[in-house]
Amino acid sequence: MNVVFWILAVITVLGGLMAVTLKNTVHCALALTVAFAGLALLFLQLDAQFAGFAQVLVYIGAVAILVVFAILLTRGSETPSEGVLSHTWFAGLLIAAAVFAVLAWAVLKSTAVLQHETAAPSVSVQQIGSALMGRYVLPLEIVALLLTAAMLGAVMVALHEKGEQK
Amino acid sequence: MANTADQIFVLLKHWIVSVFPIAIQPYLGVLLSVVAIIAVFPGLFALTTVIERKGLGRMQNRIGPNRTGPYGILQPIADGIKSLTKEDIVPTSADAVVHFMAPLVLVVAVFMGFAVLPMGRNMQLVDMDAGLLFFFAIGASTELSIFMAGWSSRNKYSLLGAMRAVAQMISYEVPLLMSSVVIVMITGSLSLVKIVDAQNQYTWGLPHWYIFTPWGCAAFVMFCVAGTAETNRSPFDLPEGESELVAGYFTEYSGFKFALFFLGEYLGMFSISGLGATLFLGGWSAPLQVLNFVPSWIWFFSKVMLSIVVLIWIRGTLPRLRQDQLMNFAWKFVLPMTLLNLLVAAIWRFMGDGILRWIVCSAILLGVYVVVGTVEMRRKKYGPRSYRYAE
Repeated sequence: MNVVFWILAVITVLGGLMAVTLKNTVHCALALTVAFAGLALLFLQLDAQFAGFAQVLVYIGAVAILVVFAILLTRGSETPSEGVLSHTWFAGLLIAAAVFAVLAWAVLKSTAVLQHETAAPSVSVQQIGSALMGRYVLPLEIVALLLTAAMLGAVMVALHEKGEQK
Repeated sequence: MANTADQIFVLLKHWIVSVFPIAIQPYLGVLLSVVAIIAVFPGLFALTTVIERKGLGRMQNRIGPNRTGPYGILQPIADGIKSLTKEDIVPTSADAVVHFMAPLVLVVAVFMGFAVLPMGRNMQLVDMDAGLLFFFAIGASTELSIFMAGWSSRNKYSLLGAMRAVAQMISYEVPLLMSSVVIVMITGSLSLVKIVDAQNQYTWGLPHWYIFTPWGCAAFVMFCVAGTAETNRSPFDLPEGESELVAGYFTEYSGFKFALFFLGEYLGMFSISGLGATLFLGGWSAPLQVLNFVPSWIWFFSKVMLSIVVLIWIRGTLPRLRQDQLMNFAWKFVLPMTLLNLLVAAIWRFMGDGILRWIVCSAILLGVYVVVGTVEMRRKKYGPRSYRYAE
């Protein structure tokens, strides 16, 4: 565990915390972008180049902008009159802690299985490409179908609004 | 080959680094390359502002700046002093932190894009395996800074300009990426260094640049269109059009922050031109094999400056596109053409060498272009010009 990992972890966690506790929703979206950037840098620190850059391209380049647009075009851009924390914050905290405990147990158990892996595997983009086209071609096609359905759905929703206005 | 002149900067860097102790040598090497990039590109930016103002002036039948120095050469210095000494006005109701961070994010993101461009033989800052993906990922982050600038100014016009700019940049990002994917497909690698190396071969003295192939030429045209739209240059500069929206998303910026936005925009132009030169025009390779004695970095920067001059030329010539016109153009014309281009490049690859594949691929691309163009134009009814006068 070197210094870089701790710095990036602090950045990611801070970004996530700020994203749920800030008052202004657009500030929350920007803090979420910082968390995404922290995650991308963590990927890069683990030598997963493709995953890191894809994270930046997809999450920061598209998802963050989508979130920001959604906040702007709805009424979320007004600052809330009450506080940010809801009434049931204690139950939410318990559930989040339980989920985190399960995930941490699963991750720590898995290191027992992978103990004989000494060197970090270096996965090149070409290997990812061959795997996507060879072994994982069915999930790829299913994801493509899902994306097409999502796009069609978005167009249908937008079209329906225009029809109603007339 | 005049190896010394070609590698002069690399040798200079190695010589400077060797003077210092071994422990800090790698860091010093990286630092020197970074300082070189930060010094060279803003210098080119200063030169480009003069070229643009004089060039646009001559195209519009007027002289550009001619008071500061001979032919206005010292104008960027005057502009720099002016922007440094202007008062930095921040509106009271503006979001101070986001307002401050927006130009920083833009300039940082644009500078990071220069890290993967191979500016000469062995002259890239980092040779990444997924270099092209890194470039596009960083380019996508600039959209966020434009939104930050527009929203934090608490100004209707800024917000409108920012939304338009972001919508335009998102729309044209897809054709930009798709036209570059063709190059990746044919080269077989995302690394920009390997893409340039693949184009550095010569047949009968002519180079193997990708622009000289049918799918490469079509992809280059679409890359130029999408790149011009990505950097918000005319004819796609509605978000910052002076006659439309005051100054768009940087209305509320004054002094040095405005200069930073200006710098970021022009460096984005350099970035896209550099990428276009790398992907399509062969990067640092010479046009003819006999010209290999000229250093490689001269070729790269010549291609970049040529692209800049063409961009300035287009700005002075073509009228601005309306927002719905440019969105229609992106989604209904350029994107299907990029997909068709992928298909044509695949046909090219599998047809093997020979004259037949040239004919087939060119025929497909030209045929579809002409057919789609005539069909789209027939739907618009263009009659003789009619005038409406105020009563």
